[in-house]
Amino acid sequence: MERERDTDTSRRGPDEVVLRVEDLHKRYGREEVLKGVSFEVRRGETKVIVGPSGTGKSTLLRCITRLTEPDRGRIWLGDVEVTGRGVDLNRVRASVGFVFQDFNLFTHLTALDNVRIGLLKVKKLPKDEATEIARKQLEHVGLAHKADAYPAELSGGQQQRVAIARALAMEPKLILFDEPTSALDPELTGEVLDVMVALAKEGMTMVVVSHEIGFARAAADELIFMEGGVIVEQGPPDQLFRQPKYPRTAEFLRKITALYGETG
Amino acid sequence: MFLQATLINLGLLAGLIILGLVVGIPIALLQVYGVRPLRWLASAWEGFFRGVPALVLLFLFFFGPAQFGVQLSAFTAAILALGFRSSGYQSQIFRGAIQSIPRGQMLAARSMGMSRLQAIRYVVLPQALRLAIPAWSNEFSSVIKDTTLAYAIGVNEVLRQVRYIADRYYELAMPAYLTVALIFLVLTYGGNWLLGRLERRWALPGFPMRGAEERIERGREIAAEAAR
Repeated sequence: MERERDTDTSRRGPDEVVLRVEDLHKRYGREEVLKGVSFEVRRGETKVIVGPSGTGKSTLLRCITRLTEPDRGRIWLGDVEVTGRGVDLNRVRASVGFVFQDFNLFTHLTALDNVRIGLLKVKKLPKDEATEIARKQLEHVGLAHKADAYPAELSGGQQQRVAIARALAMEPKLILFDEPTSALDPELTGEVLDVMVALAKEGMTMVVVSHEIGFARAAADELIFMEGGVIVEQGPPDQLFRQPKYPRTAEFLRKITALYGETG
Repeated sequence: MFLQATLINLGLLAGLIILGLVVGIPIALLQVYGVRPLRWLASAWEGFFRGVPALVLLFLFFFGPAQFGVQLSAFTAAILALGFRSSGYQSQIFRGAIQSIPRGQMLAARSMGMSRLQAIRYVVLPQALRLAIPAWSNEFSSVIKDTTLAYAIGVNEVLRQVRYIADRYYELAMPAYLTVALIFLVLTYGGNWLLGRLERRWALPGFPMRGAEERIERGREIAAEAAR
């Protein structure tokens, strides 16, 4: 524990800590949604967070770049303390991708412009360079041929893949996925999960809130089980499935396995 | 004679509706995104200009500044009074449009590192302005006719000309009033036709606008064409 608290974040390489969350608390009115959550993500790792709804998983993700302001606790991205004073939040956010449950593509922009807008307006890249990157990322998610389509002209799965391309284009250090397939018809989840599995294999650092057990088994280095605003248990997916420490973990994993099966 | 006077009405219209637009949009933004004191200020502005009769505003702006030694021309006073009044109404059109944009749009913009102002400029407003067109065309139809109120402070607009004729030549009163009615019918209809064209031109798939569905249809046809 002491060694882990050591804040030598200048380390690079596979052991580099990309994200560190320490004792995070968040309260909405009377209800405490997060009651002291701590975890670390190293470069190239994929962590999947599961847990019953209303457990604070989405709140946790939003607190990481302070889209939701945490009440207490500290967050580091690399050696930048996100919760520190005077931190340039827009810069922090530009380095962390966020993929939403409802995609949240910009309705008035084509797929290409959705992917390009952050490069143009946030990173201030010249137009041709931004366009090149955007086209490459659309190709990456298999949607180069939909560059000129508006979100309303795309299926849910396609929209989510554009959203992933939009996140990738910013060359993030980390991508946060908030239930990326929950709003999709079952036959469309596969195409999104395939993209995500490929990303994990390519070495992208990812934190994924999802009940897709198949994805967790295929891509997660670690599974985090959250309930009631705390992390109950975390470890490699196999270990959590085979020999969980707590009966509550076993019970929950059994339930979602029955619901979401072994797809993906 | 009527033509020249009508041009004055059009001048008033252009001045007041643009003033209403450039003041109304910021008022709406302050009401939605402003910190509390600014939000209150914006609401006070909106409440005042929507709550006071147009004629009273005209008199206030024409005679008011004179009390402090500033003499506004009747034309300028009319544009200010009617323009600020319109800003109150327009602010509510834009507020409604802004608030109808799903929160996720702002969230996604902020999550990629846009400042709030950037998110408003590049994400919220381009969508809100599209959605505002139908209600805005209503405001247009209303204020174009309100320009005739300026006759009360002596602006030489078309209704004043007609009154002049009607007072002198009783038998011409009806034809003269009917002419004014016709002029405004044509102007209102023409303006709304232009706005309809704008709505179609700006139409995008996914927006409840005239022409949006046709655009999707056309897109499908092009895609089908390309697939062949």
